[in-house]
Amino acid sequence: MAEDIKLMKGNEAIAHAAIRYGVDGYFGYPITPQSEILETLMAEMPWETTGMVVLQAESEVAAINMVYGGAGTGKKVMTSSSSPGISLKQEGISYIAGAELPCLIVNVMRGGPGLGTIQPSQADYFQTVKGGGHGDYRLITLAPSSVQEMADFVGLGFDLAFKYSNPAIILADGIIGQMMEKVVMPPFHKRRTEEEIIAECPWAVQGKTANRKSNVITSLELDPAKMEENNIRFQAKYKKIEENEVRYEEFFCDDAEYLLIAFGSSARICQKVVENARAEGIKLGLLRPITLWPFPAKIIAKYAGQVKGMLSVELNAGQMVEDVRLAVNGKVKVEHFGRLGGIVFTPDEVLDALKTLIIEN
Amino acid sequence: MELNEIIKPENLVYEKPRLMNENSMHYCPGCSHGVIHKLIAEVIADMDMEEKTIGVSPVGCAVFAYNYLDIDWLEAAHGRAPAIATAVKRLNPEKMVFTYQGDGDLAAIGTAETIHAANRGENIVIVFVNNAIYGMTGGQMAPTTLEGMPTSTCPYGRNIALNGYPLKISNLLAELEGTCLVTRQSVQTPAAVKKAKKMLRKAFENSMSGKGTSVVEFVSTCSSGWKMTPEKANKWMEENMFPFYPLGDLKNVE
Repeated sequence: MAEDIKLMKGNEAIAHAAIRYGVDGYFGYPITPQSEILETLMAEMPWETTGMVVLQAESEVAAINMVYGGAGTGKKVMTSSSSPGISLKQEGISYIAGAELPCLIVNVMRGGPGLGTIQPSQADYFQTVKGGGHGDYRLITLAPSSVQEMADFVGLGFDLAFKYSNPAIILADGIIGQMMEKVVMPPFHKRRTEEEIIAECPWAVQGKTANRKSNVITSLELDPAKMEENNIRFQAKYKKIEENEVRYEEFFCDDAEYLLIAFGSSARICQKVVENARAEGIKLGLLRPITLWPFPAKIIAKYAGQVKGMLSVELNAGQMVEDVRLAVNGKVKVEHFGRLGGIVFTPDEVLDALKTLIIEN
Repeated sequence: MELNEIIKPENLVYEKPRLMNENSMHYCPGCSHGVIHKLIAEVIADMDMEEKTIGVSPVGCAVFAYNYLDIDWLEAAHGRAPAIATAVKRLNPEKMVFTYQGDGDLAAIGTAETIHAANRGENIVIVFVNNAIYGMTGGQMAPTTLEGMPTSTCPYGRNIALNGYPLKISNLLAELEGTCLVTRQSVQTPAAVKKAKKMLRKAFENSMSGKGTSVVEFVSTCSSGWKMTPEKANKWMEENMFPFYPLGDLKNVE
């Protein structure tokens, strides 16, 4: 069969991919620049075709708790929002991580702090990969840099979430959400039957049958010894994810003397920077983390032995650069370049920064 | 009559509901929660729905409701139970879904979730235990604390100028198109228990017949928080709570 190729926005790709992947439920609240996800789902009416539930909640707080409820019954459920709304969801995300429930969250980032701006930003890196909510927990974090990846990471996010019983998040930004590109549409998967859900998720709250004990979804454990055991179990799981699920892309890294580290939309801009630099005879490469947690620390450490310097290029004041420095561990110079509050850098600005901060310094 | 004569199954007039397990309850002597748990267990068993029932427990004294009733449960963040129940029911329409919430959970931090779930007419049961105080955290003022009633955060009594008015949230919920049953009950006498059980059953039946949201408020005591003996707490409830939160149906759509 010929490939099904369509032209659409990143936000629309998320919505179509969700229907095609066999997602059971989406719960959201409008916020720019990601409202097309809820709008597209409402226009598509998947409840008529796949049986997917779509609901506009009264708040982001309610939406993430709907996700908690749906995930507790073993269903594939998701929500999406943008930075201020994601802040509101943090309580629920912490509970979901604490109850070890699989689900998918989408953050189409905008400039902050506070109400900030509706223009693109990557300033929620810390919030996403270092916690955000309370407690020692981790989110499997996927950073798409194309509309194609917006579509593909819906399925990948759910696969990883269910593999590890852990929430996964797609960390996009206003550029990826709003820009239009062609997308090879993902294939259709049937939603799982009740029997398949019970077989896959024996912990799911589906009504207690005579052959098993009550299933209880909770993050509460008042006995500190047992709560420590729970935390040790979480950490063991996170270690496994760090060992198995690191994803990244290399662009002209083999012979690189200098390296850009960038994710999402910044990585798209940095591809152009690499081309321009090479035209000037500068051997520049780009390493694009696809998973921000687990972070591709090993491969970055490897390049620390090869290159003369690294520049972490982010639409923020310097967040991922801390993880790059941890990976490099002092072996090579690492600097940060970014624009703030919704302003996007040009390839020339990045190349100038590379020259000033790394090459000539 | 010999004891063996008396304890024959055919003479049985009362037994522990089969859905209640052997765990000892953490509730204080005189607390209304135990009786309300029992009623829920009886109604689910009477309806033969235990394999299809999902409960959502709150943050508050009833946070451990899941330790006492052998059904499937989700434990909610404070106030969020109606949002959780919304998704559970919408994704699993054949299940019988209820929330169990106290006054702080339902009428303070969870007001938005409560009102919007009810306004959407979610086919769920909201069990609302109103004892006018925060029991779990040690007796602080609740949204339903009566005027002049002392608590640890209004030690000289609730002052309207400072704290605002006690919230009759069931009256608000009864105004919403999405609710089909809003009733105020109590469990301090056998007669009250019998009546409350009848309304609870109606609420659960409504949730399965798609009529909308049913809210059963239990005007209750908290002898520890109120610093009274259970007997005195019951009397205080009758004399002070009932005039402000009168018992009976606020709405009952047939």
